[in-house]
This record gives sequence, structure tokens and C-alpha cells, in this order.
Amino acid sequence: MSSFVGIILLLIAVEIPGSFQHDRGHSKFRGPQVSQTAGTPWPMPLSYHTQATFTYVDAGEFKFTDVDESSSCSILEEAYNRYFPLIFGRRPETLFFKSSFKAPTDAMTELMVKLEKPCKDTDYPMLESDESYTLDVNGNQAMLSASEIWGVLRGLETFSQIVYQSNDGGFVVNNTQIVDKPRFNHRGMLLDTSRHFISVPILMTNLDAMAQNKFNVFHWHIVDDPSFPYQSEKFPKITNMGAYDPETHVYTQTDIKNIIEYARMRGIRVVPEFDSPGHTSSWGYGQPDLLTKCYTGSQPNGQFGPVNPVPNSTYVFLKSFFTEIAQLFPDHYMHLGGDEVSFACWQSNPEITSFMKKMGYTSYSQIEEYYMQNLLNIVGGLGKGYQIWQEVIDNGAKVRADTVVEVWKAGWEAEMEKVTKLGYKTLLSTCWYLNYISYGSDWMAYYGCEPFNFNGTDAQKQLIQGGETCMWGEYVDGTNVISRLWPRASAVGERLWSAKEINSAFLAQSRLTEHRCRMVRRGFQAEPITGPGFCREEFGGV
Amino acid sequence: MRRIVLSWILCIVLSIQVVNGWLTANNARSPLLSILVVSTCCVSRLHGYLTYLALRMPLKGTRPPPGSPWPMPKEWNPTSDLVTFDPDNFRFSSNLMNCDIVIQAIERYTPILFGYKGVKKAAGLSPLTELKMTISSNKCDQYPRMAMDESYELSVGDTAELTANQVWGMLRGLETFSQLIFYQDGQIFMNKTRIIDGPRFSYRGLHTDTARHYIPLPILKKNLDAMSYNKFNVFHWHIVDDQSFPFVSKTFPELSKKGAYTNKHVYKPEDVADIIEYARVRGIRVIPEFDTPGHTHSWGKAFPELLTPCYANGVPGTPIWGKYAAYENFDVTKEFVYEFLGKFFAEVKEVFHDEYIHMGMDEAYYRCWQSNPDITAFMQERRIEGNYSKLEQYYAERTLGIISDLGRKYVIWQDPVENGAKVRDDTVVMVWKGGNTAHEDHWNSYMEKIAPRGYNTILASCWYLNYIKYPPDWEALYTCDPQDFNGSQAEKDRVLGGETCMWSEYVDGTNILPRYWPRASSVAERLWSPKIVKNTTDAMYRIDQQRCRMVRRGIPAEPILDGYCGDYDWGFGDVDTPEVDKPPTCTGGFRLEGRITLLVLPLLIVFVL
Repeated sequence: MSSFVGIILLLIAVEIPGSFQHDRGHSKFRGPQVSQTAGTPWPMPLSYHTQATFTYVDAGEFKFTDVDESSSCSILEEAYNRYFPLIFGRRPETLFFKSSFKAPTDAMTELMVKLEKPCKDTDYPMLESDESYTLDVNGNQAMLSASEIWGVLRGLETFSQIVYQSNDGGFVVNNTQIVDKPRFNHRGMLLDTSRHFISVPILMTNLDAMAQNKFNVFHWHIVDDPSFPYQSEKFPKITNMGAYDPETHVYTQTDIKNIIEYARMRGIRVVPEFDSPGHTSSWGYGQPDLLTKCYTGSQPNGQFGPVNPVPNSTYVFLKSFFTEIAQLFPDHYMHLGGDEVSFACWQSNPEITSFMKKMGYTSYSQIEEYYMQNLLNIVGGLGKGYQIWQEVIDNGAKVRADTVVEVWKAGWEAEMEKVTKLGYKTLLSTCWYLNYISYGSDWMAYYGCEPFNFNGTDAQKQLIQGGETCMWGEYVDGTNVISRLWPRASAVGERLWSAKEINSAFLAQSRLTEHRCRMVRRGFQAEPITGPGFCREEFGGV
Repeated sequence: MRRIVLSWILCIVLSIQVVNGWLTANNARSPLLSILVVSTCCVSRLHGYLTYLALRMPLKGTRPPPGSPWPMPKEWNPTSDLVTFDPDNFRFSSNLMNCDIVIQAIERYTPILFGYKGVKKAAGLSPLTELKMTISSNKCDQYPRMAMDESYELSVGDTAELTANQVWGMLRGLETFSQLIFYQDGQIFMNKTRIIDGPRFSYRGLHTDTARHYIPLPILKKNLDAMSYNKFNVFHWHIVDDQSFPFVSKTFPELSKKGAYTNKHVYKPEDVADIIEYARVRGIRVIPEFDTPGHTHSWGKAFPELLTPCYANGVPGTPIWGKYAAYENFDVTKEFVYEFLGKFFAEVKEVFHDEYIHMGMDEAYYRCWQSNPDITAFMQERRIEGNYSKLEQYYAERTLGIISDLGRKYVIWQDPVENGAKVRDDTVVMVWKGGNTAHEDHWNSYMEKIAPRGYNTILASCWYLNYIKYPPDWEALYTCDPQDFNGSQAEKDRVLGGETCMWSEYVDGTNILPRYWPRASSVAERLWSPKIVKNTTDAMYRIDQQRCRMVRRGIPAEPILDGYCGDYDWGFGDVDTPEVDKPPTCTGGFRLEGRITLLVLPLLIVFVL
């Protein structure tokens, strides 16, 4: 570790500003504000030792070699196909180097890959999956070993990052020893595809970016009030009337299967969220009796509120609907929402009032709990685990022991303390809402948010499974979602993967600057976030 | 489903009524109302304005009919009568069919009008077959100028005619014409309309900083496209700054050799010419800014003798961190500086064709000058006493003199004037302070100080698009009016216009386009349309329509409302057949222009050989 820090310190050549009177907001930094490291990984591995000694990698001859071919599977084969161009570049410009530079004869020509537990073509990642790996580069010998396929995928990503192009055009890798595993099992990213539709190719691009940052959960907030792009097989009317455009702005069953497959190949779980009982306006057009009718006086006023928790038909529908979802999405977990339920409409509705009387409820959170309990039982009965927003617990619902509670409101420290005291697995997302934007290097705040910063015992902290960064869709769509996410989400990626002690934004910034340029080189619109500077290859040319 | 069917029936019935003339301007009490009735139902099919949420909780404001122009013309009289077009049987004609600006405009606008998959003429309407464009000056102007005439008149009835005094007005009118078109179920429509239009301000600028981050040429061109869709007419190219010097000078090639980020992060003479030409045919002026005497660190990489050595403890070239670096600002006491600038700007004059050059002159902080004994001696010798603004004035006088002798005019940032320096009377002063940071005065107080001194002014303060916050922030941009300060009519008349700025600390090719658009569109309407066009609730839907129009034309303009654009949202295309192993190349971005590939291929071949 110490050698790494030393190198980083040497590489940071930040110039001190000449004047602080930059009223216009121009910084007076000269040249790049933050210099770039060369061939350092992001997120930082658990243990990372690297030396100045380097070896050329022969791009023409290079191949991945299985130590034991019988343990391989299609996930691994496809990963090799992906990583070759990720390491050596797919853009014509980078081929210049290949043709002009002749690697020396003792250059590295292979990465040995040792997978202990044979993988199967159909493997699907889980919350408990083992993503650890070791990577050893010594001279022209390189060996990656992992227990599970998911660890190999993470290690290939790291290897692809420590190979870099030197100024003579050759690809090189420093002598490096890495022992790595994630700090948290759940490193998620929420995308909201209801407020604005995001096309399948862009979702796939984002999955690639996630893999590059070792995220492992795509939390797909697929429907909400504004639109219902999920194309339901059993209830096509909901989609036809709830999607912005039932022809173009929908995710077909095939689309979704493709997304899940694309994610699986990259070791990313897809956790769908069908939020209820609030945030369900778009469900109501095609499923007319699902929502609560709001009343003015004694008459329905034509408005609709949350899902109507009273009639049995609601639960018949939910069982049928979630059975379809459970069959389509292979992940063990399903996100059931449960956030921001507005009680005003329930209060106006006489059916709800009389039901409450019958049940002896005195508060509307009790009826919310009643609904959620029924829903949880239905989904639990389908053999699925569930992820929920914090309100469900705040309202006192009884949930399965393997429930994952997601804390998203301000005051997360107290909430985390409370939820973990109740013994639930917990995720943090409060401090990582990337839809909120502000001028400048806001990534430092995301980077500095530490999920363990709450009062709790070690046992309570053991319950923290990780966190999620969220991109709500009010003001993003295909035009800007990638550049708004990346590399700001990379800051969260490192917080969730790397050791707690890797927390200095100052030390991280040169590595992040390299990482963002690496993303740009791979074709992502990763925006500049460390002030003036440049990438060797720019988005849009150069 | 019933809701959709009903809305369709209503829409069809109303459309038929319109077609039959039942609701024409002559018969209906309010033609505008009838347009709105029809358009509201059609809009809900065509665009995402009326989301289901919006139906339940209607937002305030009047939704525009489809085909509403942005920026709003001076006079726009749409009728509810519709016409259609047959893409295979339509032509542009003009009295200047041999003028390159006219020819290229026709080439550009043909695909903009009809280039979308499957669009065809509407059934039951007789198509317009021609847009007759008359340029009464009968002159094919070469370069757009400050004094150009951009006014035009457009009438779309049984025939369509566009008349303008100059080609520049023809370009603006053609843009408006292209915006009146709309598509419904693949059928092409346009309301019969009469428009009389001209800009409120002659200077409608957009500024890009290519020094803090290099912006690749294809992106600059995309941005020029978007500018033309919004009737901007000046590209203020802040081409160099402290951080890098990407401009390749033939006279002083060392400037970019040593001052650019890399030898690829440069604008070669042919690149600059390419941009100027691309802008020219769109009626956009290119005003370069070579900012001096501050913001010049990158010049010093090749020519350190241009810069002032700052002193600490009697040692030159010594920084005092927090006050100044080792070298700051041009050393304005040295004759070498003026000789150098004379040669440099003689080249700039040859490269850039606009009558104006932006000379910068902002943020020339005095502390390094103050530390330097040679400068103190110079000031004593010349009796430039005490106040360093007089030294700034000395520099401004000599530099503007150089430009004047070259036959060019100049724009500068407000700083020297604000500091009390007297600059030449014909200087155009750009007011940039007071828009964003709390510790400054409001911009109008700067305007009130500077305008009475007789300078022509341009306002930029309230339109710094690099500053971002959680949206929507377009209203604040929209409501800032450059004439809203206390001053005489003459002072207000001296406001030439405004400019929206993008300093590139945190933008480059990855994000600059969605950061500009459609926020810059707010500024565009403020600078083009009459002052009274300022209702933000009405503008909200029109600007959303404009943003979708830009998306359709390949500009990644970001959303400002919930909803969707139609069947052409960003990133569509291979939705149906996603290749699982498709490399993530620019999927979320835009198509790189073919000519880039054409440039790269020969290079590739050379390298392989």
C-alpha cells in the first residue's frame, strides 16, 4: 500500500492557483488542473502493490489462457471477447500504435486465468456471490485467479485498467500484485425509466459503464406515475394505456430478457422495482379499479390516489402480476417500493374510512402497512426476496428476515441505526442522488459519504449490504443520462468497493481523472469533473 | 383503451372540420381557439406534453399548436387551414439560385423538412409544391456582419413565399418555415400562416471556451447547427486561455506547439477555416477572442518574455501562492509585447473574417505588476501614477490601436472600463459580472455604470450556462432582459444584444451539447423576439417542442419537462434488434460525421504503410 501512495503522491502535480480572485468562476489553474495517473485501477483494490518496473504487452499476440479449460463457460469466453478491445482499443486511432510500435520479443503475450469453481453457461449473480480475485503481474507473466466466475470478471476489469499505453505507443503493464474483494456485496445503480424513457441501447451502454466501475446491481425503477413502459403479457392494457407511446416507448419481454442477459454476462444483477401503493398513476388507465377513487364531499372527483388496499380484487391482481414479474426476472430479489404514499386521497374515500373502522385502525400508516403486508406475503409466497424503501419499516410492517431495506431520506444516520437494530439488511442511497446537480467537482461529496457513519454495534454494521446511487428521471433521458451519471457514479463505485480507508478525494482525483479518460476512450460520454484538462482521446474526435 | 380511441375520434373529427373549412378564420369566432382545440388533441398524440399525469393534474399555461416556431416571430398569424407537402414533388426556388448560401441552405433544409423515415403527404389535402424565396437586394452576400439585415416575411397559403432584403433574412425565414412543419402519423402538415419577422437585437451570441477543455470540431459544428436552429448569429470563440493554446498560428507556430494540451488538441488553419465556412453559410459570424493581458499563461510556454515576472523577496519569477504565480499577465511595459501582438493580430485578421475581434482584457489582476520593480520604474518614468488601471489603460490604448490600424473593430470584457480605464469610444463592452455570484453587484448596476459612458454594450452576465443547478433553470435565463436597467433610451439603444457563455472547466465533447441545449434556446428567444414575449408558462411548452425538434435533428437537447418527444427520442434506432455484444460506442451520443471517417481512413493507410 505504501508504495502505491508514494507513486500517487509523485504523480499528483497539482499547480497551486496564482490568484483566488476569479470572480468569473474561471479557475486560474494553468494547464490541466489535475494530472492523470497512468495505469492505476478504479475502484482501488483491497491490496495493491505496484512497482516502477514494467513490461510491454504484445497487442498482436496477446491472448487469455484458461489454466483449466474444463472450468470455463460462455460467460468467461464472452468476457475474453469483450476485454480484448477494451484493453487495446477499438478506435482506429489506437491501431496506429499497434502498427507503428513493435513490441519487444520478451513482451507479455498472455494472461493466465485460473477459475477454481467451474462456471456454467447459465450462472446468475447473487447478493452472496464471491467477487474476490487475485492478480499477479511479474515480468511477462500474468496470472488472474478467482474462486467464482464473478471474481474473474472483476479481475479482468482490473487487468484491463492496469495495462496502459506508454508514450512510445506500446502497451505496458507495471509489475503488480493485487488481492481484491469488494467491501460491500450490493453496489447498485437506480435508473428511472418512467419519467423519461431510456432506450435499450443506452441502458446497455450504461451496463458496460457499470461493469467498468464494478457495480453489480441494476435497480430498474421501471414504472412510476408518469408512464408504464413495462410491456406486461398478462395485462397488456396497462402498458397500452400507461406507456407514453405503446409502440415505441416500451420494454418488451424480449428487450427485458436481453437486458438481463447483457447484465448477467457482466456479473450484474437486475432488480426490478414495481413501486406501490403510491407512484402508480400510470397503472390505473388500463386497470381501472386498481386505484383509490378520490372524493370531494360525497362524490368521486375523477382523481385517483394510491392502489386501493381494501378490495380482494387488488390482491388477486397483484398476485397475478407479480407472478409474471417473478418469472421474467431471475434475481432472487424484487424491489417493491413502498415510498411516499400520500394519504389525502385515502382520507377522502368513504370505503377506506369504513374499512379502517372495521379493522380498528386509527392511522393511515396502518392501512399502508396492511397493504404492504399483503403484498409482501404474495411476493414471499412466490419464493422471492424483496427490497423495499425505508417507509415500509418506518410504518411497522413485518417483513421476511432476508428483506433488504433501502434508506433514502435525509437523516439517514438515525434511520440506519434504527433499521439495523431491527436486524434487517440495509442499503444506503440518501447521499448518492445523482439527479441533483451543482456546479463543479460535486463528486467529492459522494466520495466522502461513509455508510458506516452511524451509531451502531459491529453486528449492526455487518448488516449494511452496500448502497445505491440513484438517477431519477425528471430531467434526464437519452440525451444526457450517461454524461450526468459518469464519472460521478464512479465516486460511489469506489466508496462501495474499496476499503473504508481509501477516502481521500485529494488522493483519488488523479486516479479518477485517468479513469474518466479511460471511460471516454472506451466510448462513454463520461464528463470532466476535475476541472480543466484533457484526455488523450476525446469524445467526438481527437 | 377507450380514452385513446375517443381522443383519436375527436382529433379526426376536428381535423376533418378544419380541412373542410368549418372552423376557418372566417367562420369561427376565434381562429386561435379553434387551432388550440385541434392542436391540443393532436399535440397529445404527437408530443409528450400531455402525459397522463398532466391530464390528471393539468399544468398551467397554453400549449402551443404543433409547428410553433422558436424563437417567437415578431408577428405570427397562423390560421387553422392546413396544407401538406409531397416530398417527391417539392422545390425551393429563388432569384439567387446561383448563390452558394442559398444553394447550401436548400441542401440543408430539404432533409430537415422531409428526411424522416416514412413521412409522406397527407391524404385529402393538396400539396404545396414550391417555396418561392425572393431576396430583394439581389445580392449574394459573403460574410454575415453586425449590420446585416435578418428580417423576412413568410406567407404560407395556397402558395408559399419567403421574402427578405438579404440572404441572411432568407436563412432566418427558411429556419422558421422548417419549424412550421409537423408530422402526424407520418403525414406532413403545416398551418397556413403569415409571418413578419426580424430580430430585436443585432448581436445574439453564443460563447464557447476551447482552452480549459478542447472541443472537437464535429461538436463545434453540431453546436453551430443548433445555433442556426435558434437564430443565434455570433459564435464567440474563446479559443485560448491560461490552460491551453489550441490555435495554430503560422506566424508563431511555437504557441500551440508548446501551449496546446497535445499536438492533437489543436485547431489548425484548415480547421478554423472549416468552422468559419460552416458558420458563414448559416449566417453566423465567428468572433475569435485572444484574451490578454491576463489569462495568458499558455502564451508564456513558448514566449516567456511576454509575461510579467512576479517578485518575492526581490527575486523575479517567484510565486506567492494565493497572490500570484511566478509569472502573470503580459508585461505591458515591454515594446516586444506590442511588436509581437502586431504580427500576431495581423495573422488573426487574415484568418478570421469578421469585422470584430474580441480582445478579452478581463481579470488582469494588478498584484504581480505591483510586485515588479521594472514596472514601477516604467510607470514613474511615464508618470503613470499610483493607479494600475492607468497601466491597463495604457495597454488597452496601444492594443486597440493595433487592431484599429489593421482595420478591425473590437469587443472587450467590462473590466478595464470598470476599473476606470478610458478605452476608445468605439469599443464594444461586454458586461459579464453580476449574474451569478452573491458577493457581486447585480449586473444592471454594472450596466448603469458603463452605459452612460457612451459605449455600445453586450450583456452576458445572466447567461453563464456553465453554472448549473437542479432544473428547471431555463426560466431565469428566459426572463433576464438586457435592457432592464435604469438608463436613458439612448443608453438602452446602445445595447447591441447579448451572449450566452460556456466556460469549459467542466464541459467537453461528452456533455457540452446537452448542457447548452435547450437552455441556450431561452436566451435565443430573449434576444430575437419582442420584449413582450416573456410569459414563462406559455414558453415552457414551446421550448419543449423546440427541444424535441432539436432532438429530431440530431442535437442531444436535454429534457426540461417530464414526457417524451414522440417516436424519435434520443438513442432510438436499434431498439428492436440490440446486438448483445455491441461495443458501447457513442450509443448515447450522436453520429460522428462521415467526413471524420474519411479523414481518419487515409491517415490509417499512411500509418499501415
